[in-house]
Amino acid sequence: MKRINFIKLLSKSAIVIATGNLFGTVLHAATKSVSVTISHVKRYALGIQIEKCIGCGNCVLACKTENDVPKEPFYFRTWVERYLIKKNDDVVVQSIEGGAGKLSTEMEEKDILRSFFVPKLCNHCEKPPCAQVCPVGATFKTEEGIVLVDEKRCIGCSYCIQACPYGARYMHPEKHIADKCTLCFHRIKSGGIPACVEICPTQARVFGDLESKASPLIRLKRMKKIHVLKPELNTEPKVFYTDLDGEVK
Amino acid sequence: MNIAAHEGLLKILGQVSGYIYPNEIEVHWSILIVVYPYLTGLVAGAFILASLVKVFNVTALKPTYRLALLTALAFLLIAPLPLLLHLGHPLRSWQIFFTPNLSSAMAMFGFVYAWYLMVVLLLEIWFDYRADMVNWGQTAKFPLNWLYKILSLFSKDVSPRAKVFDKRMVKYITILGIPSAFILHGYVGFIFGSIKANPWWSSVLIPIVFLFSAIVSGIALVMLLYMIITPSRGKPIDMKCLDKIASFLLYAAIVDFSLEILDFTHRLYESEESIKIITDMVVNKLFISLVVLQVLIGMVIPLGILILTKAAKFNQELRKLLYFVTAILIQIGIFSTRWNVVLGGQMFSKSLRGLTSYNMEMMGREGFLMALVLLIAPFFILAILIKLLPPWGKNPDGE
Amino acid sequence: MGKIKLNINIFQNKGFKDGYVMNKFPDQIIRIAIVFAVLIGIVIAIKLFAIPPELQEQGIFRTSAIERELDHPSQFAGSEICSDCHDEEYDLKLNGYHSTLSCEVCHGAALAHTEEPDEFTPDIPNKRRLCAICHTYNLSRPTGFPQINPYAHNPLEPCITCHNPHDPVPPESPRECVACHANIARTLSVSPHVKLECTTCHATPDEHKVHPRSVRPGKPENRAFCGKCHDRGSDRKDAPKIDVSSHGQNGEKYLCWQCHYPHLPEID
Repeated sequence: MKRINFIKLLSKSAIVIATGNLFGTVLHAATKSVSVTISHVKRYALGIQIEKCIGCGNCVLACKTENDVPKEPFYFRTWVERYLIKKNDDVVVQSIEGGAGKLSTEMEEKDILRSFFVPKLCNHCEKPPCAQVCPVGATFKTEEGIVLVDEKRCIGCSYCIQACPYGARYMHPEKHIADKCTLCFHRIKSGGIPACVEICPTQARVFGDLESKASPLIRLKRMKKIHVLKPELNTEPKVFYTDLDGEVK
Repeated sequence: MNIAAHEGLLKILGQVSGYIYPNEIEVHWSILIVVYPYLTGLVAGAFILASLVKVFNVTALKPTYRLALLTALAFLLIAPLPLLLHLGHPLRSWQIFFTPNLSSAMAMFGFVYAWYLMVVLLLEIWFDYRADMVNWGQTAKFPLNWLYKILSLFSKDVSPRAKVFDKRMVKYITILGIPSAFILHGYVGFIFGSIKANPWWSSVLIPIVFLFSAIVSGIALVMLLYMIITPSRGKPIDMKCLDKIASFLLYAAIVDFSLEILDFTHRLYESEESIKIITDMVVNKLFISLVVLQVLIGMVIPLGILILTKAAKFNQELRKLLYFVTAILIQIGIFSTRWNVVLGGQMFSKSLRGLTSYNMEMMGREGFLMALVLLIAPFFILAILIKLLPPWGKNPDGE
Repeated sequence: MGKIKLNINIFQNKGFKDGYVMNKFPDQIIRIAIVFAVLIGIVIAIKLFAIPPELQEQGIFRTSAIERELDHPSQFAGSEICSDCHDEEYDLKLNGYHSTLSCEVCHGAALAHTEEPDEFTPDIPNKRRLCAICHTYNLSRPTGFPQINPYAHNPLEPCITCHNPHDPVPPESPRECVACHANIARTLSVSPHVKLECTTCHATPDEHKVHPRSVRPGKPENRAFCGKCHDRGSDRKDAPKIDVSSHGQNGEKYLCWQCHYPHLPEID
């Protein structure tokens, strides 16, 4: 018995020493890498509160000013749609000059059941189909999860435009590359916020870091019911809508 | 931006019905991208016809074997041009070959194309013509004799043993070539079929439909060429061969049409969210090109004619006439098929709420004339190839 | 060469009718192999030596592209920096209804102004047109958002005569509910309830006019309230009558306005 106990003790202590060693090395490695892990990688995204959007179109114009988007009404990095749902369930959608143009109501107001504005932009999908299909890898996702285009690499084949379910990309008429929203990468990397968020008068657009608990976007996601566009396509969009109507596609 | 393009888009803006996303006004894949799958389809189809001789020993088709191979080569050489011309930056296209993004179906183009051109078509033609080229290298005048010497890679061995080896290699390459031809066109279909954002394209059937319509169009083209070239050489048309081609054309067309009907029925029966806008598009935008040209003129009538010629005992002249008409109708039909797939997929909004229009430009890099040039160019290349490598084993100097 | 034996079917004679016996490595294969070797060599050489290294990068770190993006010049300065010089306006705005607005919403992109204050001056909008972009009545706008009909609301008068854009409040607190609830008022105008005051049904504390979102008006809380006019026992002549206590298909006890929209009630 004694001998057995002794062996047990011996093996136990061996395990303790071994695990202690292991723990030590792990700890050592952990302290070594602290400086790296402390500045966590940010994951930027956008929230849109439909109930706050007044359809003024300021975001559309601000985006064009900030990012040199062609002024013609066929090229948009962001735009605003207006939905008019009638009593007979007919749906009329408008986006005159991307939502920055004059809106008209041709139908009688009493025929309308509900109506609202929906701002749209690139969803910066977690699984972006546009980046998947790009034959030369010109469209890519940064470590912050932002989908960008390398305009020196893009060959202008338009395959990404075909693959985007949201119509968020366009062929730049002068650069001949498939341009898209960068979430104002140049602004946010220097601590700013996207121009559309900056300019929205009612704060319908909420910008934030999904990895930071204090970010206004996380707060929004905690307080409101959230929906994304076309979830069935499994692109995992990172533009989160509150109060999104089922008619919005 | 140039004013003409701006005005063109403004004009389309007036033709939009319902709601489309504002970026969707432009149809990005124009008639050139219609031409591309059409040309590739002819390559695959012509090759499949050639393979019938070598792999399945359909000896009746022997007169068309080399013609089919050269046709496939001529069209394959032109096939990448429409793709290249539609690019925003054609000079960067080499990236597809050298730094491809491996998750992209389109990036596979480089591999598939290089494989099919180098390993299948050129090799098979080389082995098939090698002995002839060695002979021509000795008999032809300068500088053609040097061309043949270079083309034959300076090989000299025309012993029966070497010829037997050539033959065996041709057979093996053809066996390899059949799946390769399937991959070549199946892959073109996959470029469209894998786009989940687009309900008109996103279908597992698309690559298979592409493949069989390719076989149909390729067989019909070789038949057409055979019927034109043979009389122009002052030789009689081998009716046994022609009847056999027509039979294979009929079989392929039946499979192709069945698949198309299956696709159509499947869509209608499943009746997903997109069915409303797609129906709207077919009725209002694609009626002529889909219902009339693709289905009626391009498929139902040719099928009817082919079945009739099989059932009835028509005389030779009438049969020739009917085959000729059929082959032309099928070309129109398959071109319309490509048109409907490529342009149809871009005419409805991904919001499923509206339709846009495609206004084909006449001139310009992506215009009608360019498409016409690209469709005619393979025939010139074929003429040169036939001059250099006569399919009927004659001396190129006319003996 | 003659001694090479390959155990591949192609080079063996078993089972073939053509009787080809392989005892010499075929000349054709060597020639083709040389051509392919040269071609593959060229491709590898190009891949290794002629492609710029930045194009070889396939990870998520496209350094050069990211640097190009970062170099993009900004146009909008953001509103914090404005307070450095314009602190009076900034503080005024901070506590008013326009607190959510960035200065550049009305004054336009003005990064250039923060860098060269004298060279570049932002817009100082004083026309009705700018305010009308947000404040013209539009039925798609959220209820409660202040909207006017620019043709009826003091036409031609610049908005800033009555409203300070840095602290916009109505010159006096709104007397009429329609000032904010124009869309409801429009619906109501064609309804049989048009003659009723809003306050008949909505108990509205005065505070609501100042803090519209935090202090909300009430709604009828029981059936008896509507029954004052619509119950069989009521002596109101022009109102449709029902039995308030038993009304409803299966005797459910919903509140009246849960089924009937009181601003435009229908009878069916």
